Amino acid sequence: MPFLVRRVLYSLFLLAGVSILTFVLVDLAPGEFFDEMRLNPRISKETIAGLRSNYGLDLPLPLRYLRWLRSVAKGECGFSFSYNSPAAPIVWRRAQNTLLLTGTATLFAWLIAIPFGIWSAAKPGKWSDLFAGGTLSILLAIPELILGLLLLLLALRSGYFPVGGATSLNFPQLDFWSKSKDLARHLFLPCLCLTAGLFPLLLSHVRASMTVVLESPFIAAARAHGIPRRRLLLRHALPAAANPLISLFGLSLGALLSSSLVIEGLFGWPGLGQLFIEAILQRDFYLVVDAAVLATIFLIFGNLLADALLYTLDPRIRDD
Amino acid sequence: MLEACHLRKHYVQGRWYSRRQFHVTALDDVNLTIEPGSTLALVGESGAGKSTLGRCLSRLEEPDSGEIRIDGRNLWTLRPEELLAARRNIQLIFQDSAMAMNHRFSAAEIVEEPLLIQKSMSRTKRRKQALTLMEQVGISSQWAQRSALEFSGGERQRLAIARALTLKPRVLILDEALASLDFETQEQIAKLLLDLQASFSLAYFFITHDFRLAARMANRIAVMWKGRIVESGSVPAIFSEARHPSTRLLLAAAPDAQDDALARIPREH
Repeated sequence: MPFLVRRVLYSLFLLAGVSILTFVLVDLAPGEFFDEMRLNPRISKETIAGLRSNYGLDLPLPLRYLRWLRSVAKGECGFSFSYNSPAAPIVWRRAQNTLLLTGTATLFAWLIAIPFGIWSAAKPGKWSDLFAGGTLSILLAIPELILGLLLLLLALRSGYFPVGGATSLNFPQLDFWSKSKDLARHLFLPCLCLTAGLFPLLLSHVRASMTVVLESPFIAAARAHGIPRRRLLLRHALPAAANPLISLFGLSLGALLSSSLVIEGLFGWPGLGQLFIEAILQRDFYLVVDAAVLATIFLIFGNLLADALLYTLDPRIRDD
Repeated sequence: MLEACHLRKHYVQGRWYSRRQFHVTALDDVNLTIEPGSTLALVGESGAGKSTLGRCLSRLEEPDSGEIRIDGRNLWTLRPEELLAARRNIQLIFQDSAMAMNHRFSAAEIVEEPLLIQKSMSRTKRRKQALTLMEQVGISSQWAQRSALEFSGGERQRLAIARALTLKPRVLILDEALASLDFETQEQIAKLLLDLQASFSLAYFFITHDFRLAARMANRIAVMWKGRIVESGSVPAIFSEARHPSTRLLLAAAPDAQDDALARIPREH
């Protein structure tokens, strides 16, 4: 069976497993959405029982799972009790916000980390390397939360950057350019914070794998043949160092939906993270399941993409 | 043409958590001259500093003191464009050429790559020259698209030679280039090297631990021991008048080398 087909099948299998497990675990968690109504003496037991059977909560778990699968097929992905609407549009709107934030941050972190990593690996012991090492240690040592709070303080004092939300109040009335500008200004601080968290990790990986490759004999041979430094680094060393980086890239794609939980809360970014926490606190069953499954889909998809990239780029992986 | 004068190289090994240091004197006042079109073999036991000398001569490593001169000019004080020209003239071949090649490149790409330094040459011309060279070292140009991994050890060594020859160098530094090959392949490559020497008028600096190969390839032999050149001379002279104990030891390790050498005495130097 072709490599990719097998990987996709395996991914689907994994997805089914995760969704079942999430279903069971969320169900095992004590309490449910209607518990608060039970405390209200003016709502009768019969009303609550009616609501529960309305939403299908009185059915056994396997049956509810099948009904959920059917609604996934219809594109509704279950029903949110607190929003009183199908879950899919709610989750998807929030996921888009999260993706905008984490996607931008991940992109920037990679764009800075690759040249910086190559540069510092190319000149070990030189000031660029020391600078990279220093930046790395400092950024790694500062927790995202502290950095976020510092940035918020700065925003508050300077007044240039908004301190919360994704858009201004008058957003719908703006034209396209002002809309983009407004969004960018809101995006800047949380994005900076996430980039600062991701960048040192990527930098250290790029640097480490480049260093290993630069020490290998074929680089020495190329150097002895007089291959120019630029070509040596970009054409010889970088492709050879790419494998672990591609895997890391897949992981960083996978983390797109889950990496910004804290930052979203801190900056009041209306993303999936906040929705997820709300949904857990309110026992909004299908929202929790959907958010968890969506995060899993991203993780699996990221890894799948990395595998496919490795498969096309490195012939050694193909011979199975 | 390529000279080393009073070369010294000293390595210090240590760990940051320990005050213990190991000192290794790799090169200790080394002097030698490689004449155009001839072969100088450097023989010595492992750890004698042979490879360090080869790496210093090809400017992969910087000696602590002393000078390396090419055509009378110091290799370490050349201006960038002069250095580029000098580098073309000195090419290096390693023992393990599988490790010395980028596995992602095809055979033709490997051979033609040094030509990239000359930016004036067109793509098709580069490729043509690479294919000609491959044929010259005995590798069919039909195999141009194969990756380096798909060749046998001997074929890879031929490829490495072709790559080294692309820039039409005057000196090839062969660092144990035949050591990892079986006897028969060794013979073939040695013959190829001697043929190429005649047709390209190359000078070889032939680093080996094997006196038999040194006698087969060289006009002159220098013997290295603990970073010093303890003995040097023409091949028959070394065989008949060797005095230094390490030379005797190495000679004893290659008993039939003497016969080979004596049979080949007419070879001029």
